[in-house]
Amino acid sequence: MSGLDSLYQQLILEHSKIRSGGDLAELPAAAAGSVGTAGSVGTAGSVGTAGSVGTGQSHQLNPICGDEITLRLSVGTAGDGQAVTEIHWNGDGCAISMASASILSEMAPGMSPASLRRTIDHFRELMRSRGKLEADEELLQDAAALAGVAKYPARVKCAMLAWVAAEDALRQAEANQGVSEAL
Amino acid sequence: MVGQLLGDAATPGGLPLAIATYSYQGAPVLTMVSTPAWGDAQVSALDDDEVRRIRNDFPVLEQEINGKPLVYLDSGATSQNPRSVLEAEQEFYEQRNSAVHRGAHHLAVEATDSFEDARATVARFVGVQDDELIWTANATAGLNLLAYSFSNASVGQAGAEAERFALKRGDEVLVTEMEHHANLIPWQELCRRTGATLKYIPLDDAGALRLEEASRLMTARTRILAFTHTSNVLGNINPVDVLVQMAREVGALVVLDACQSAPHLPLDFKALDVDFAVFSGHKMLGPTGIGAVYGRSELLNAMPPFLTGGSMITTVTMEQARYLPAPQRFEAGTQPISQAVALAAAVNYLSETGMQRVALREAELGQRLVTGLSAIQGVRVLGPEPGEERTGLAAFDVAGVHAHDVGQYLDDLGIAVRVGHHCAQPLHRRLGLTASTRASTYLYTTSEEVDLLVEAVAKIRPYFGVTASGATS
Repeated sequence: MSGLDSLYQQLILEHSKIRSGGDLAELPAAAAGSVGTAGSVGTAGSVGTAGSVGTGQSHQLNPICGDEITLRLSVGTAGDGQAVTEIHWNGDGCAISMASASILSEMAPGMSPASLRRTIDHFRELMRSRGKLEADEELLQDAAALAGVAKYPARVKCAMLAWVAAEDALRQAEANQGVSEAL
Repeated sequence: MVGQLLGDAATPGGLPLAIATYSYQGAPVLTMVSTPAWGDAQVSALDDDEVRRIRNDFPVLEQEINGKPLVYLDSGATSQNPRSVLEAEQEFYEQRNSAVHRGAHHLAVEATDSFEDARATVARFVGVQDDELIWTANATAGLNLLAYSFSNASVGQAGAEAERFALKRGDEVLVTEMEHHANLIPWQELCRRTGATLKYIPLDDAGALRLEEASRLMTARTRILAFTHTSNVLGNINPVDVLVQMAREVGALVVLDACQSAPHLPLDFKALDVDFAVFSGHKMLGPTGIGAVYGRSELLNAMPPFLTGGSMITTVTMEQARYLPAPQRFEAGTQPISQAVALAAAVNYLSETGMQRVALREAELGQRLVTGLSAIQGVRVLGPEPGEERTGLAAFDVAGVHAHDVGQYLDDLGIAVRVGHHCAQPLHRRLGLTASTRASTYLYTTSEEVDLLVEAVAKIRPYFGVTASGATS
C-alpha cells in the first residue's frame, strides 16, 4: 500500500462521506437544559429526569486549515454505571477530520466515561508517535485505520479535532450531570 | 465591466496582459498594470530552454520527494534561492561580518558599505531613492511599522509635522475585501487604538474590486487607502492608477502591498505614484528575515518612529531623544545585514534575467494553469477567467474534496502547493469557501510542471470517490 493509500484507507474515505453522528440537531442542547453561551460551556442536567443525563458541548477549530467541529455528547446512567448515551456533531473539514469524527461517533455510545478517556488518551499518543507506536486495535476498533495519519505530522491535528472536542464535551457533560470524576 | 481586457492589447506572446480597461464613474479607464516599460513589444517571455538553465542555479529544485522529482508550486508563499544569493550571504559572513553604522574598524566600514549598497540596489529595483527604503523583518513588519507610526502620530508624538498622519474618531481607513491578513489586521488595530473607522472596498462575485463602490467609499473622511497590488489568492492585478487617482482626489495616503508584485512584475513605485509600499525578500529569491518599506522621503521624515533604541538617534539625554532622518529613524537595533546583502544578490539575479521577461513568462504559466484547471469537471478556479489578466498563480476549489486532501494527494506526487485560506479568510468567505488550493509559479517553473499539476488534479475527485455532480458517492 502506498503512503497515500495507507493514509486514505477505504474505511476512512467511506466514513468521510457517511459522517456518522454528523447530525447535531439530533441532540438539541436544550434537551438537557439551557445551552451555555460560551463555546464549550455545557448545560445543566435536567435534574429528576431519567437517570440524570448531562450534556456537554465543545467547539474546536484548527486555525491552520479552518477545520471546525461542534460536538455534543450526553452521559447518563447505564446499568450500574455511567455511559455515553449520545454523540452528535456538525463540522467542516478534510476527509481525515470528518472520518475521524464519524468513527468516534460510532464507537463512543455505550462506552463508560473512563473507557472513552482511555481510548482518547491512546489515540492521542498514537497520533503523536510519528508512526513509532502500534495501534491497540482492540481499544481503537475502526479508529485504528487512522494510524497512518501519525506519519503525517501536519495532519495529526485534523485527526485529533473530534477527539479533543469529545474530551472537552465529556468533561462538560459530567459537570452538568453533577457527577464528579467518580470513574 | 471591470477588469475586462481590450482585444487589441495582446503582447507578442499572444497574451493580453499589458493593458486593461476598467470602468470608473461610468467611463472606461485605461490602466497600465505596471511601469511604461511593461508594454515594450521588443521583449519576449523567458522560454522553456532558458527556464531549464535557470533551474540549474537553484540547488533545492534538484531533489526528489517520495521518489518523484520535486515540483515546487508554492513560490507565492516562499520562493527558492539561487546559488548567488546563498553565496552572497555566506561570503558576507566569511569576509565582512560586522556591525553597521557604528565602529570605525575595517570590517565595520566594509559591512556598512555592503549594507548600504544593498539598499541602493533594492531601491533602484523598485524605482525609488536609497533613503526612501527602510529595512524590516518582512512585509508584515513593514505594514505594522506604518500603522504604529501613524498611531504614534495620533497621540501627538513628533508634533505638528506629523499631524497629517494622525487619526481620530470620524476618520476612515479604507482597505479591500481581498487583502492578506497582514494588510488588514494592522489597520483594524490602528482604528481600534485611534477611534477611526475601517471600511473596505467590496468584491464582485468573480473576486474583482467593485470600483464604483470604491469611488463611493472614498470621501474626505478617508485618510489612508491600503490595498494589494496583486492578490495572493486571485492572481488579479488591481488598477493602481485608478485607486491612486481616487485617493488623491480626497487627500488620502496610499499604502500598496507589493508582496506579490515586487517578485513578479517590473515595478516602479514612483511611476505608480503610491505614498508607501511594502514587500518581502523571501518571496523574491531572497532569504527570510528581510523585507522593506518604501515611503516618499518627505513623508518618512515627518513620521514618528515605531521601534526606538540604538542607531536611530542624534542626541539622547536621560529625558528624551532626537531622531535621525529616514531610513535610520526606522531602523532601531541591529539590522538584518547579511539578509540585506543576500536580497541585493536576489534582485541582481532578477534584473539580469529581466523582470519584464519574468512577468511575461509567468503570465503564460498563469494562463496555462487557469485554462488547464478550469477544464477539469468540478474544479473552480478563483479570480480572473481564462484569457483575462492574471499573474502566474491559480487558487482553486475541488468540489467535494477539502483543500488539505487535495494538497496531500499532490504532495504524494512530489507536487508542493499551498492549502488553506492563504491568510485571506474574508476573501474566501466572500467566495463561499473556507479554504482553497493554490499553485504559484516563478521564473524556474517549467510548462511541464504546470501540466503535471493539471493532470494530477484531474485524478483527485475519482481518487476520493466524488461523483461527477459534485456530490460524494
